[in-house]
Amino acid sequence: MQSSVSIKDLSLNFGAVQVLKGLDLEVGQGEFIVLLGPSGCGKSTLLNCIAGLLEVSGGQIFIGGKNVTWSEPKDRGIGMVFQSYALYPQMSVERNLSFGLRVAGMPRDEIERRVARAAEILQIQPLLQRKPANLSGGQRQRVAIGRALVRDVDVFLFDEPLSNLDAKLRSDLRVEIKRLHQRLKNTMIYVTHDQIEALTLADRIAIMRGGEIQQLADPHTIYNKPVNLYVAGFIGSPSMNFLQGTLNGATQPMFVAEDGTQVPVSTYAFEAAPQGSSKAVLGVRPEHIVLGDVARTMPFSTEVEIEIVEPMGSDTLAWTRIAGQPVTFRADSDVLLHVGQKVLVGFDPARGSIFDAQSTNRL
Amino acid sequence: MASIAATIEPFGPRPRPFFTPTRIIIYGIIIVAALYYMLPLYVMITTSLKGLPEIRVGNIFAPPLEVTFEPWVKAWTSACTGLTCNGLAPGFWNSVKITLPSTIVSVFVAAVSGYALVNWRFKGSEFFFTCLLLGSFIPYQVMLYPMVMITAQLKIFGTLWAVILVHTVFGMPILTLLFRNYFASLPQELFKAARVDGAGFWRIFFQIMAPMSLPIFAVAIILQVTGIWNDFLFGVVFAGTQNYPMTVQLNNIVNSAQGVREYNVNMAATILTAAVPLIVYFVSGKWFVRGIAAGAVKG
Ligand SMILES: Nc1ncnc2c1ncn2[C@@H]1O[C@H](COP(=O)(O)OP(=O)(O)O)[C@@H](O)[C@H]1O
Ligand SMILES: [Mg+2]
Repeated sequence: MQSSVSIKDLSLNFGAVQVLKGLDLEVGQGEFIVLLGPSGCGKSTLLNCIAGLLEVSGGQIFIGGKNVTWSEPKDRGIGMVFQSYALYPQMSVERNLSFGLRVAGMPRDEIERRVARAAEILQIQPLLQRKPANLSGGQRQRVAIGRALVRDVDVFLFDEPLSNLDAKLRSDLRVEIKRLHQRLKNTMIYVTHDQIEALTLADRIAIMRGGEIQQLADPHTIYNKPVNLYVAGFIGSPSMNFLQGTLNGATQPMFVAEDGTQVPVSTYAFEAAPQGSSKAVLGVRPEHIVLGDVARTMPFSTEVEIEIVEPMGSDTLAWTRIAGQPVTFRADSDVLLHVGQKVLVGFDPARGSIFDAQSTNRL
Repeated sequence: MASIAATIEPFGPRPRPFFTPTRIIIYGIIIVAALYYMLPLYVMITTSLKGLPEIRVGNIFAPPLEVTFEPWVKAWTSACTGLTCNGLAPGFWNSVKITLPSTIVSVFVAAVSGYALVNWRFKGSEFFFTCLLLGSFIPYQVMLYPMVMITAQLKIFGTLWAVILVHTVFGMPILTLLFRNYFASLPQELFKAARVDGAGFWRIFFQIMAPMSLPIFAVAIILQVTGIWNDFLFGVVFAGTQNYPMTVQLNNIVNSAQGVREYNVNMAATILTAAVPLIVYFVSGKWFVRGIAAGAVKG
C-alpha cells in the first residue's frame, strides 16, 4: 500500500517535558487510522504536529510523499476538525465553510460549487445562512467537518470530534463519519479516547501511552492479540480478566494460578515455546468464558459461586472468583443467574492472552 | 377548620414580605451612599446656575432663586486661563486632539501585542510579558524625566505629539495585559482552525479575533478616553503652553490668583471638563460591565 502520511522518529518537547518520543507511523492511502489512548498521552500533540500547528523537536513528517516537516498548515493538504468545533462565531455557516477558500483567493463560482457540494454531502443546506450560535452541537460538528471537506484535501485530521456530543448523537455521527470515509476514500487520522469509536471506525488502531505507540494493528488483532498487559487492559469493556500465576513450560505447558489451580494452556499459540518456569498473567475476556454444559468441553472448567449479577439488557454480567481471583463473565440475558448460585464455567486459553509478569509483554 | 390563615397549603412561590430587616439595612446603605455621592454634584450644579451676589448671601444647599447661564458661557468662552482669557473652549479642542489619537494608537497597538503574546509565541515572549507586568506596576513619575529627555531628543517636546506618544507608551502595559488575558480566554482551537484555513497574522487578527473581542475593545477605549481626558501631569509637562488640555486650563481658571473668586464660573468649568468622561460612562456603562464580565469569565 502506498503511504499517505508517514511519520519518522518524531519527537516533541514542551520545555523539559518530552511528550512524543521518537514516534514512527505509516498511514496508507485511504486508510482510517485511529489514535487511541487515555487523556494526556499526546494524541492531540501528535495530530497538531501532523497539521503543522506545533513545531516538531525532532524527526520528519511526509504527507503524500512530500516532506512537510517545515511547511505551513495550509500547504500540507490537510483538513482538521476539532473537539470544540472551532467555528468562527461571527460568520454564517456558509462563510465558515468558504473562509479558507476565500483566503486562498479561489474564484467565486468554484467556492460556491465546493460549498454546495459539502453542504449536500453533510445535509446542511438549510443551515447555510445561520450563525454557529444558532446550531445544535451535532449541526456544528457537521459544519466543522464541512470546513475540512471544502478544502478538497487528501488527509483529514479529527481531534475527538464527537466528545462534546451526547451518546445518541455520538453514535449517529460516528456512522456518518464512516459513511463519509467510504464515499470520499480519503486518508483519515482520528483521535479519540473512546474505544467504541476506535473499534467501530478504524482500519487500524494505534494504541498510545505516554507519547509512544504501544500497538498498531487492525481492531480484531488489537482486541484478540494485545501485545502487552496495558493494551489488553485498555481495550474491552468490561475489561479483560487477569489471573496471576506461574507458567510452566514443557511439552504440555501449564499455567498454575497462585492458589495452585492448574490451567492447561497447550492450545495457546505462544510467540515462542515457553521454557522453564516464570511468573505470568493469564488474560481471559469476559465474553470468552462459557457457562453450563459447554464448559465441560473446554480445556479448563471449574465450579464457581456467583457474587454479583449485573443485567445489561442485551446480556448479563456476573462477578465471581476463579482460583481465588476476581473474574467477570458475560452470560446470555435469558440465563437467569442469582447471587450464591453455583455454576460451572470454563474457557479455552487459546482465545486468551498470556503475558510475562515481568516485562508485561505477550508470550 | 379553626384558623384558615394558619393552615394554608403552601403552593407556588413562597410569599416574601418586603420589609425584612436585611432589606431595610441594604436599602438604607444604598440610599446613604447615593446621597453621599450625589450631594456634591447637586451643590455644583445649583451653584453654577446662581449669580455671584446670591452665592455670597445664600446657603450653598439652597436652589437658585434666579437661574442664570451666564457662568457657563463665561467658563466656555471668556474665563481667564493664565495669560489669555478665551475660556475652556481651546482646552477642550486640545484635549480632543490629544485623546483621540492617543486612544486609537494605544488600543490598537495593545490589542495586536496581546494577540501576538497569546497566539504567536515568539522567542522571548515570556520575557516580554514579564516586562509588561513590571511596567504596569512602576509608578510613571519614575519615568517622567527620561521621557522628557526622549521627547526632547525627538524634537517633539512641547507639542501635541509628545503628549500622544507619552500616553500611548504609558497605556501599553495595562492595556496589553487586558487584551492578552482576554485573547487567552478565547478557545485556542479557533486560532488553529484559522491557521489550517491558511489565514495569516493580520487576517486572523482582523477577521477572527477582533470581531470576537468587541467588549474588551469597549473596555479599553473607555479606560483610555477617560484616563487621558482626566490626565493633568503629562499635559502640563509635555504639551507646551499653547496646547494645554482642558484639565490644565480648568486648574488655571479655578486657581487664578487675581480678582474675586467666581464660584459659579468655577463650578460650571468643572462640570464642563468632567462632562466627557461622564457621558462616556453613561453611554457605555453597559458595554463596560459586559466587557469586564466577559474578560473575567470566558469568550
Ligand atoms: N502547550 C503545552 N505546554 C506544555 N505542555 C503541554 C502543552 N500541550 C500539551 N501539553 C502536555 O502534553 C501532554 C499531551 O497532551 P495532549 O496531546 O493534549 O494529550 P491528549 O490529546 O492525548 O489528551 C500532556 O501531558 C499535556 O499536559
Ligand atoms: Mg486531546
